[in-house]
Amino acid sequence: MRPKLNILSSELVEQIIAEAYELLMDPGVRVHNDEALQLLGDAGAPVDLQTKIARIPQQMAQNALETAPSEFHLYDLDGRPVVHYGGDSVQFDPGSAAITILDSDTQQQRVPLTADFVDFVKLVEMLPQIDAQSTAMICGDVPEEVGDLYRLYLALNFMRKPIITGAFRKDTWWVMKDMLVAVAGSADALIQRPIAVFDVCPSPPLLWSDLTCQNMIDCAKNGIPSELVSMPLSGATAPVTLAAAVVQHAAECMSGVTICQLAKRGAPIVWGGSPAAFDMREGTTPMGAVETWMIDCAYAQVGKALGMPTHAYLGMSDAKVVDAQCGLESAGGAFMAALAGVNMVSGAGMMDFESCQSFEKLVIDAEIIGMAKRLLAGVQAREQPIALDLMRKLGHRADYLAQPHTLKWFNKELYIPSAVIDRGSLDGWKKKGSKTATRRAADRVTELLANYHPPEISRELRRELRELTTDAARRFGMDELPPLPEVE
Amino acid sequence: MTLELLKRITDSLVDGDPDATVEGTRLALDAGLAPLTIISDGLVPGMEVVGDRFQTGEYFLPHLIIAASGMQQAMELLEPELKQRHEVVQRLGTVVIGTVQGDIHEIGKTLVATLLSAAGFQVYDLGVNVSAAEFVSKVRETNAGLLGLSALLTTTMTAQRQVIDALREAGIRDRVKVMVGGAPVSQEWTETIGADGYAEDAVGAVALAKNLVS
Repeated sequence: MRPKLNILSSELVEQIIAEAYELLMDPGVRVHNDEALQLLGDAGAPVDLQTKIARIPQQMAQNALETAPSEFHLYDLDGRPVVHYGGDSVQFDPGSAAITILDSDTQQQRVPLTADFVDFVKLVEMLPQIDAQSTAMICGDVPEEVGDLYRLYLALNFMRKPIITGAFRKDTWWVMKDMLVAVAGSADALIQRPIAVFDVCPSPPLLWSDLTCQNMIDCAKNGIPSELVSMPLSGATAPVTLAAAVVQHAAECMSGVTICQLAKRGAPIVWGGSPAAFDMREGTTPMGAVETWMIDCAYAQVGKALGMPTHAYLGMSDAKVVDAQCGLESAGGAFMAALAGVNMVSGAGMMDFESCQSFEKLVIDAEIIGMAKRLLAGVQAREQPIALDLMRKLGHRADYLAQPHTLKWFNKELYIPSAVIDRGSLDGWKKKGSKTATRRAADRVTELLANYHPPEISRELRRELRELTTDAARRFGMDELPPLPEVE
Repeated sequence: MTLELLKRITDSLVDGDPDATVEGTRLALDAGLAPLTIISDGLVPGMEVVGDRFQTGEYFLPHLIIAASGMQQAMELLEPELKQRHEVVQRLGTVVIGTVQGDIHEIGKTLVATLLSAAGFQVYDLGVNVSAAEFVSKVRETNAGLLGLSALLTTTMTAQRQVIDALREAGIRDRVKVMVGGAPVSQEWTETIGADGYAEDAVGAVALAKNLVS
């Protein structure tokens, strides 16, 4: 039996869903996107073009939830289905779109550059605990207008795992799509074997910006999965009670699924989010708050009840350096998400709310993820009888280390951490330099980067990706991209 | 054919299959291979691979112990043959080992004993809850050059000192090097009680033992 956390009673789930449907009609959803309003109006939703408020009938939303697929796979660049969105599958990717990096040498936050993100992508490739890449940081050495597609360009040159990404503009989405098509081989191949998911974020409460709504519609029409990132901030942009924040989340997601399915029936879309319990002293959005984790687990349960694949931003920390708070918050969120069966948990490496990425935190988080996945594998009988034969054979001899039974099972029973986790003796630890977890993590970063080998990517594909990116950069005043590390 | 038989023995240790080690050793003897060749070209290379892989982190304690157990079983098969031929295996040294009086923890001690044996020491394992007098008498009887004293508890580690005192009283302290080990034991403690060395894990203990007898 797999351990499972259900944080809501089934009655509460039903009531949350019922109230969310009601919100879709009154006050309705404000949509700052003409195509979406057109789609909703054509389908029979009352739309006020003046206020841009659409009232979505329950039946329309229910139909959309019916036609949205309950599961789909993401493929790696070798064509293997390595990520399963659906059911209680649990997978992890790094937190995305950090605007700073915690510099390994100075332990100060600074603007990330091309080489930083390339190293980050390599690290993610090298960490088996992490299932997918994400466009994890925004590089400061290219124009802001191409910040989104430049990340994808860099990642595609160094990765094999699938990627969670997102666009910051309407026009750049198309360049990103062209890159993905180039890597997949054709538009059809990309539909058959998706390699990327685009995050699309409604604005709380109950509002869709033009940009993100268009990204979602374009994804749907082009067969690219999108991931709703609804982010009620309880007590600020959402009601303060956790249950009410979940109602708001559900209504926002339902509106997204409805617009998506009206754009293209059967388009894959994920019930996801990044809510937070507003901090009443600092006025911040803590990702390490237990109430944030509770809202996430609750909405995931609601999404599952509606048959949707799920996502959450969890496993992050509000700490400013890789310290005890950082470990505590990252582990708490990641374990809760795993137990709640969230299909894609985004957050590894991320700290200072959702603004900073750290290499050291990433490799520590990989250990947390390894342990969380071990927890999900549960306690299994393994053999029949479980213990009788073996224990009768050994009697009172403490000789289990020498038993073939031990050799056979220890590797499956135990998650064996890297040297980031210290389980040696005091003297052994001292001999290795009395290093803190952060220092050991820095050592592991160096080791992993030294062992990374770039994937085989044809010259033609590399050139095509570079041309697509350069064309876009030229439009915003950059004629030549920063050099790509190593591969050229 | 000869090479194939020896490689089979080596592989069986690396694969952690003691039955195959015994079977391979029997086949090698039947094929007329010299016991010393079987040891030096079949068993020892296998143990070396396992040891190397343990050091690099690829292998874990169960691999180490099961390989050592395969080696031991093969040696039992080879002993009578060696005797018959009046041959002796070159040993690195003789070790008496045990967990001190009042302490019944044996995992660490057995681990060290197994690895020392696989490394080429003649090992006399006295078990757990061993009195100072028993240690002294076994050292005297076997003329051992090394004595290993294990203690897991802070309350029983003082018994390590009692054994060293007993060796001194019996007048044989300079004939034997004393290694101490166990969770609460440290370099500082080693010096305090006048032991000759300590290691923080079983692999370290083998290195220490080799060092002490060289």
